[in-house]
Amino acid sequence: MMNKEGRPTTPKAETSGEHQTFTGNRALQMEEPLIFETGRLDVSGVDFEEPAPVASRLGSFARKGSMGLPGLTEPEVMRHYVRLSQKNYAIDAGLYPLGSCTMKHNPRLNEAMARLPGFADVHPLQPVSTVQGALELMQDLSRWLMELTGTKAVALSPKAGAHGEMCGMMAIRAAIEARGEGAQRTVVIVPESAHGTNPATAALIGFSVRAVPAREDGTVSVEAVKAVLGPDVAAIMLTNPNTCGLFEPEVVEIAAAVHEAGAYFYCDGANFNAIVGKVRPGDLGIDAMHINLHKTFSTPHGGGGPGSGPVVLSERLAAFAPVPFIRAGKTGLELVEGEGTQAFGRMCAFHGQMGMFVRALSYMLSHGAEGLRQASEDAVLNANYVRVGLADLMSQPFGNKPCMHEALFDDEWLKGTGVTTLDFAKAMIDEGYHPMTMYFPLVVHGAMLIEPTESESRASLDLFVATLRDLAQAALRGDADRFTGAPYHAPRNRLDETRAARNPVLRWTPPVAGVEAQAAE
Amino acid sequence: MSDIRYTKDHEYIRIDGDLGTVGITDYAQKALGDVVFVELPQVGDAVAKGAQAAVVESVKAASEVYAPVAGDVTDVNATLEREPGAVNEDAAGKGWFFRIKIANAGDLNELMDEAAYKAFLATLE
Amino acid sequence: MRYLPLTDQDRSDMLARVGVSHIDALFADVPADKLLKARVDLPARKTELEVSRYLGALAAKNKAASSGPFFVGCGAYKHHVPASVDHLIQRSEFLTSYTPYQPEVTQGTLQYLFEFQTQVAALTGMDVANASMYDGSTATAEAVLMAHRVTRRRKAIVSGGVHPHYVDVVRTMSHMANDGVDVLGPDLHASEDIIAHIDAQTSCVVVQSPDVFGNLRDLTPIAEACHKNGALLIAVFTEAVALGLVTPPGDMGADIVVGEGQSIGNALNFGGPYVGLFATRQKYVRQMPGRLCGETVDAQGRRGFVLTLSTREQHIRREKATSNICTNSGLCALAFTIHMTLLGEAGLKKLAQINHANAVQLADLLGAVTSVEVINTTFFNEFTLRVKGNAAQVVEQLAARGILGGVPVSRLLPGKGLDDLLILASTEVNTSDDRHQLVQALRDICGAA
Repeated sequence: MMNKEGRPTTPKAETSGEHQTFTGNRALQMEEPLIFETGRLDVSGVDFEEPAPVASRLGSFARKGSMGLPGLTEPEVMRHYVRLSQKNYAIDAGLYPLGSCTMKHNPRLNEAMARLPGFADVHPLQPVSTVQGALELMQDLSRWLMELTGTKAVALSPKAGAHGEMCGMMAIRAAIEARGEGAQRTVVIVPESAHGTNPATAALIGFSVRAVPAREDGTVSVEAVKAVLGPDVAAIMLTNPNTCGLFEPEVVEIAAAVHEAGAYFYCDGANFNAIVGKVRPGDLGIDAMHINLHKTFSTPHGGGGPGSGPVVLSERLAAFAPVPFIRAGKTGLELVEGEGTQAFGRMCAFHGQMGMFVRALSYMLSHGAEGLRQASEDAVLNANYVRVGLADLMSQPFGNKPCMHEALFDDEWLKGTGVTTLDFAKAMIDEGYHPMTMYFPLVVHGAMLIEPTESESRASLDLFVATLRDLAQAALRGDADRFTGAPYHAPRNRLDETRAARNPVLRWTPPVAGVEAQAAE
Repeated sequence: MSDIRYTKDHEYIRIDGDLGTVGITDYAQKALGDVVFVELPQVGDAVAKGAQAAVVESVKAASEVYAPVAGDVTDVNATLEREPGAVNEDAAGKGWFFRIKIANAGDLNELMDEAAYKAFLATLE
Repeated sequence: MRYLPLTDQDRSDMLARVGVSHIDALFADVPADKLLKARVDLPARKTELEVSRYLGALAAKNKAASSGPFFVGCGAYKHHVPASVDHLIQRSEFLTSYTPYQPEVTQGTLQYLFEFQTQVAALTGMDVANASMYDGSTATAEAVLMAHRVTRRRKAIVSGGVHPHYVDVVRTMSHMANDGVDVLGPDLHASEDIIAHIDAQTSCVVVQSPDVFGNLRDLTPIAEACHKNGALLIAVFTEAVALGLVTPPGDMGADIVVGEGQSIGNALNFGGPYVGLFATRQKYVRQMPGRLCGETVDAQGRRGFVLTLSTREQHIRREKATSNICTNSGLCALAFTIHMTLLGEAGLKKLAQINHANAVQLADLLGAVTSVEVINTTFFNEFTLRVKGNAAQVVEQLAARGILGGVPVSRLLPGKGLDDLLILASTEVNTSDDRHQLVQALRDICGAA
């Protein structure tokens, strides 16, 4: 008997054109409502036993009324968040060239290690005798950080880079107060090219900010620093390698001048990934530097955190490190949590981002001393490979010379094309790439800061360079359509940020009957 | 007959007797982009020449607005709180920020007239 | 090295393409005498198996909360988190994505932040919430700074019921910013007269409920007194599950509500990462710290989300920013919002009821032990016990019996003569057997004292 279920198995030539769908979905790309539009108030995706009947001890504080928060069952929850996840770009999906963000591979071993019950299921206020392994891990991590930076102490508790900056600057403030110069030294020097967190941090803890300009070549000269140093200066905050992707060639002289003037040298370590195992910031004369474990040491960015920002400190600042810190005691490691030290205070409720410490140490152990150096060298090599691959088409603000781990371009080359840095970045999205960091640093017009990291293979870099070259050539020959409406293929086109800011809608609210009728008028 | 003077920070002041109407110039609103928020001084505030009197924000930029002259604030353009876009649409007209009673007419001499401001803008290109 | 894709051949080819003969030529700006000649004094690389063994051995030296009866709270709580939560937050597209600065390719992150903000606002009874802070303690310090901006005053009054570590964070920040802070003494019975401390210089009053000793506090009269004096009330909580059962701070007149969100969706993690919750009234939104996600439309008119009101933030305002915060707690906020979505308000209420019932049963059992005394009149899932003897030693003795039996007050407030106080928390993870083991052990230890 003949089987009549045969059907066409060769596709017809594409008829092209945008096909509308009933759902608004595009095959694997699903539209997804808010949980408040699909959930029901009486539904829960968690089963519980009935609570034991007891006499309430809530006094007069029992909650009344509904919160208006719906629940979803587990299958609905899985589908909601999986669909949301499919609207995100990720390192695991492609090259993520965000300059100053160090979007490197996040090893999954680190995730497994951080979830060991001995780390994840341990309370910060358990008796210290029951957490000796956790304290040992923190000691271990401290040793790696101090050795790699050539410093004498480390404060682990800061919860992210900006928090680490605050910690370092507070240690400096405490040291200055201990010298009796608190009222006199109230100024912090910050280069114009600095990341916004630097001046924000200085201002937050009562310092005023004095800008120091960069030279034509994008670096800071010791003369310029000397010109703004004085008896009123508490510290300089300098990023090295700097935000233009360049190593500050006069950093040693700057450190000496700062110390000579009685001030301290805070180094922003956001770009440490360029120099691990190559040069130690402590050897350059820095007094404090935060390390973004979520950049240099591969802990995942998680869509905006959690991060971790340990601060290494020079001998001059070590005594002022905040509580808690660990010291060896008679019966094992002890946590110093209280008063009775020169500590300037406390940064957060507990001991810092333990989950991130485990991941970072796992990364360091996996690489070893050699591997860490190799990673930095590869990061720098990859950035220069991209830079050289684009140098004939795109303009570099400080000339055609080597960079550290990120390559900086400006928008000079786009002049007259009608295409902006923003357009160029959005067109990259259509090509399957996350845009580079744009319009930062602020001192470079239309800046495009590309940091490929060491995680990219040569083939990946070649395709990336070829793609950017194709886009650049399209821009230069006036193919503006490819840019002005881009991205065309992302889950959303460009979003109306003006509308979002003029009439902020920051939460879902239930639809009110009659509102639509009103709006229609 | 009104007279307009300008600052290097791109504020204008339209002079009407001893009163001045202050806003930001068309150049400034273009540089900022879509204005989304304006923080105004309070009527009665005494401001010094060059002191911060207001804040203007777009989506990606924020800028202080400095008083071109010293004086007391006599009126503010409260409409901007609801319709900040007026700054983009008509910076020199309905996008004004505040009125000030000019304390010292001499302050005006340090400001640019229209021709000088145009020449100043040409240097920024 | 398993994480580095370049081969030696690639490296030499690429160096040639760049136009240098040696990698160190790219480090030419590093002073020659500072460039490391030898490798740093650290171990050689390890295989995945070796790393697992090494870190596994360290982990094994710690006593996990789930390995026995566990009653430790004081700012971090052991709850059961559904397995689906950890599975979802480990999806590559969430885990390995950056802050959503490019909204066209980060709608996933932005939509969950919008949902998170809505949930936090509803839980706390406030108008708006931000996209998270580092943790409850830093959120509290940021709230104080915000109150200073709103009121243009610079003195905070902090209740003696606020978690002492939170107080220390506020105190450190205030000292550094040259702001005033007036901290009341330990307030075991929620009996302090904080209203009497409010004056014309007061920017804000900071009160925690349930407080660190477990007491529930009436915020309404404090809010009224604050508002009469032009000050703001900052309400703090450390146990988010309590909001399923107790009156939310927003209903009692709080102007800013901050708290620790770890309880929902997140593990204990020896203190971090956690997730700070931050909510306020609509009228103060432009003075808020941290990131905010807002609704808008795209060029085709479709609903979408973006980070908004960014002019408050450091990358635009620099030294005039409302805060220096940049990276926050995105993935912990995701865990929170997934767990919260699974619970729904029906599930959260049930979870809170079980927590309360377990704590009440524990308190009732302890009521029959003559050598200890529950000092609270009200509590949610945590209360303070006065023991015969030294609470820190009691905790050590309990640990020796395999029971993690709470936090001695002397650890949080050393040198205050509060050595006989023990704070116990009981959540849904505690069984009847756990409770009986603890009570029997306390009877043995304190009865013998």
